Amino acid sequence: MADVSMAPQASAANPSDVAIQPPPRDRKLRETIFRYGLLVALSAGLVVLAVILYDVIVRQDGFSTLFQTGFFSNNASSVARDSGIYPALVGTLWLMLVCILFIVPIGVATAVYLEEYADRTRWYNRFIELNIQNLAGVPSIIYGILGLAFLVRGPLSLGRVVLAVGLTLGLLVLPVVIIAGREALRAVPPSIREGSMALGATQWQTIWKQVLPAAIPGIATGTILALSRAIGETAPLILIGAAAFATDPATGFLSNFQALPLQIFQWISNAQKEQFAPLAAAAIIVLMAILLAMNAVAIWLRNKYQQRW
Amino acid sequence: MEAGSHPVAGATPGARPLGVRRPRRGEEAIRVGLFAAASISVLTTIGILYALLSETIRFFSDVGITHFITDGEWTPTFADPQYGIWPLINGTLLITGIAILVAVPLGIGSAIYLAEYASPRLRRIVKPMLEVLVGVPTVVFGFFALTFVTPLVLQDLLGLGAVTQNALAAGLVVGIMIVPTIASISEDAMAAVPQGLREGAYGLGASPMQVALRVVVPAALSGIVASIVLGLSRGIGETMIVLIAAGLQPNTGLNPLEGFETMTTFIAATGQGDIPTGSTEYKTIFAVGMVLFVMTLLMNMIAIRFVRKYRQVYD
Repeated sequence: MADVSMAPQASAANPSDVAIQPPPRDRKLRETIFRYGLLVALSAGLVVLAVILYDVIVRQDGFSTLFQTGFFSNNASSVARDSGIYPALVGTLWLMLVCILFIVPIGVATAVYLEEYADRTRWYNRFIELNIQNLAGVPSIIYGILGLAFLVRGPLSLGRVVLAVGLTLGLLVLPVVIIAGREALRAVPPSIREGSMALGATQWQTIWKQVLPAAIPGIATGTILALSRAIGETAPLILIGAAAFATDPATGFLSNFQALPLQIFQWISNAQKEQFAPLAAAAIIVLMAILLAMNAVAIWLRNKYQQRW
Repeated sequence: MEAGSHPVAGATPGARPLGVRRPRRGEEAIRVGLFAAASISVLTTIGILYALLSETIRFFSDVGITHFITDGEWTPTFADPQYGIWPLINGTLLITGIAILVAVPLGIGSAIYLAEYASPRLRRIVKPMLEVLVGVPTVVFGFFALTFVTPLVLQDLLGLGAVTQNALAAGLVVGIMIVPTIASISEDAMAAVPQGLREGAYGLGASPMQVALRVVVPAALSGIVASIVLGLSRGIGETMIVLIAAGLQPNTGLNPLEGFETMTTFIAATGQGDIPTGSTEYKTIFAVGMVLFVMTLLMNMIAIRFVRKYRQVYD
């Protein structure tokens, strides 16, 4: 022990022994290479994004196909130049409607319960939380199986209709809404709640009149992001809705339907690839434009109404 | 009389004394309603488990669990069907393996740059773009793999003898898809590393690279591991890219230039054909789904555990 503790003192007696080593000469070079390596890694994703857009818009003729006669108003057809995305657009809108009606009340109620009511020392509340975290990581195809077993066939046997598939997609993105809702509620400072309760409001009055209005921008942002994920999902649609896809636009909750991502997939896998790839590319542009618009609205909402307390 | 002159007590003669709370039945009902909404997520999990388990048990009474696990052939549609799941797991692992080889260096490199080097301005520009990449539907990635990566990059540019639908293109593109997952969780973990650790290292003469690699990365390791495990789980569960780009060829080999079938693509493709409820083929969907669900569930649990660990240490 003595040796060890003495050693630094002994060497410190001789200043030349502890002379600070200059950094190796190639240090600057290594630093630069490292830094640029990281920058390349960061750009890779963005470059791929740009290449995807180039591939879809230019190489596969997606952009010019957008202006093909009847692209937005025709039904899908076995003849490529007569094909359109009208039923797919209508179906996607119907799915969105079912999704909103399901995820907003259930998602917000769950978030309110977990943030405002749940006693975290109770095992069942912790279990609900862990369960939601896990559901967020379950592959979408498994939700397809759930929809197939309970909604499309099995107990409810609704068939491959808007309602069954919309609910399946709703269950799939529900964790997104819940997690975003909880964050929005958590951002409302306790002083708002305390002030309201001190004036005699009940807990629910406080939540309904004070906390929820303050959290609406965050909840809306989360809901829009969840919706944009739902309408881009393809795998559950293939599993439960693809074989008997409709060529006519959907007319109601219990109507057969076509959806944009499913239509894209069917055009991609069409045997006459040369003719149908441009259609798939054009439909991808439409889908991406819808998603980007939704994302932009979400970001705008977040920035505009973000309150600093 | 003194008590009676009190406005509240006077208003309701014979009311309970002050200080005893009036039962709020409406409030209680709302609380129960909210709890009911919260339990829908638990019901979802129970529903998934019930659907998978019940059909899987029926499948095993048709096929036999040892055949499912040990047989090396997957030919459920043949006249003499074989139900050995290994080819599907092999395809899943090969494609996920390629994906993770792409995604780990790119994702962690991006995270280090964003957390340690990038100016706030660059971060404000780059992060929304990464969010756009997250929002790209997987069917679009699949289209890209099929129409760009395979013909242009693999066949023309690199001159590889890849077939139209191959594991390499699928793996590369799945890798790109999970880069933002790995980057954002890793960056969160790195941002949670206390500034004092960095300053201490700089004070001892460390360079930025040394601080990043020897201080920040080790300190954020549990978050980085969590991000990789989550990336793996997303890769294993990815359906569309693989279905479009890698085809439906059960394959026990390891040549990534060939076509492969995975667990997810088998499920999707089998559901696509209108198979009758109760047939053995219908049950295979659930048996394969069960394996997939258990694998991803385990990984998600591991990732959640690791994330919790770094939150406990630094938050």
